[in-house]
Amino acid sequence: MTERRYLQSVATALWRDNPGLVQLLGLCPLLAVTGSFVNGLGLGIATLAVLTVSNGLVSATRRFLQKEIRIPIYVLIIASLVTCVELLFQAFFPALDRALGIFIPLIVTNCAIVARAEVFASKNPVFSSIVDGFGMGLGFLLILVTIGLIRELVGQGTLFADMHLLLGGEPFKGLVVADAGWLIAILPPGAFFALAVAIATKNSIDRRRHARLRERTGLR
Amino acid sequence: MSNSAVLKNGLTLALIAAVCSGLVAVTYALTRDKIEDNRKAYLEQKLKPALSGVFFEGDVTESVVTLAAPHGLPGNDDAMIYRVYASGEPVAALFIVTARNGYSGPIRLLLGVDMNGTVTGLRILEHRETPGLGDKIDEDKSDWVQQFPGRSLGDPAIDGWQIRNDGGEFDQLTGATVTPRAVINAVRDTLIYFAENKEQVFAMQEDKAQ
Repeated sequence: MTERRYLQSVATALWRDNPGLVQLLGLCPLLAVTGSFVNGLGLGIATLAVLTVSNGLVSATRRFLQKEIRIPIYVLIIASLVTCVELLFQAFFPALDRALGIFIPLIVTNCAIVARAEVFASKNPVFSSIVDGFGMGLGFLLILVTIGLIRELVGQGTLFADMHLLLGGEPFKGLVVADAGWLIAILPPGAFFALAVAIATKNSIDRRRHARLRERTGLR
Repeated sequence: MSNSAVLKNGLTLALIAAVCSGLVAVTYALTRDKIEDNRKAYLEQKLKPALSGVFFEGDVTESVVTLAAPHGLPGNDDAMIYRVYASGEPVAALFIVTARNGYSGPIRLLLGVDMNGTVTGLRILEHRETPGLGDKIDEDKSDWVQQFPGRSLGDPAIDGWQIRNDGGEFDQLTGATVTPRAVINAVRDTLIYFAENKEQVFAMQEDKAQ
């Protein structure tokens, strides 16, 4: 693959095949932790790291893999990577680790990761698998922070509150937009509403683009 | 599948398992000390605010007792008591207990009490109360817990250890009465326990370092 192709595969992962918006994979963490921007970003980074490295390792071992044992091997690789990421979070971002709680270890069960191992990494060379994992991870991260941003703004009236959990330094209350928010956005139903709005927005943009394309080319 | 294929698959799995375990082991060894430091720092940072106005020496986290239920303190979970000293003399005790009947499950709280039985601080450690209503017991969300320091069993009298709605002397939270009720009861019961078992609290064998 040329550089152009790599860029294209990342772009596809970000928009056309976005794991959160289109493939609807990893919905459990997506809905559960996105109460604020910083939580979404933290889990996004952790997932991105695991997905990139696991794709690389699965691809590197793909020649030894027998069909019968490939799934246990994916599980082994993904589970050990997640354990490492969890330890690193506990060591370097302890406060964020407490905020994300069980959802760091639960990255193991994020089907976006095993799906990329099976669909892509087990059939492609190491570098393009790493690019694919990075692209998919970035797509997932972007949807996590988008929903986190919407829910935090609507539910709490702030932007980027508690960023010190990730960056260190003084407690940061965030940019206060409104004094109070609309509580339901932070409660679980708010996650579904925000995801629905995000998917609807994406579909509407896509439809408009298609319509314009059709007009220009005269094709159906 | 032939026997040799099974063997080969088994060996491949074993090899990959060994490599993966190695990876985890190395990460664990590299991060262990830092994680332990973080845990201690977090605990100290959580414990110290419950000791306002108490002069103490040394490490607050040093002398701890963990009591399995039934222990006479509120809650069915393990209760913990940190004993705080100055010049070798006990000056206060920190209790970590569970208020069982919160609105959405148990509430874990930290209560500091000095030798006179006066509250030196209250902090909520874990809870799942409703955001915007019951979660105001969290000191980050409102100063509700600030009405406790300085209070003791005689102040108010035992009947006054209730929210105002129930005829007591403590503020409730708008839209939430179950949560404050649970916390106030747990605080009162802990104070009663300390008043009755003061000597025993400081005589108990401390946990062995892990």
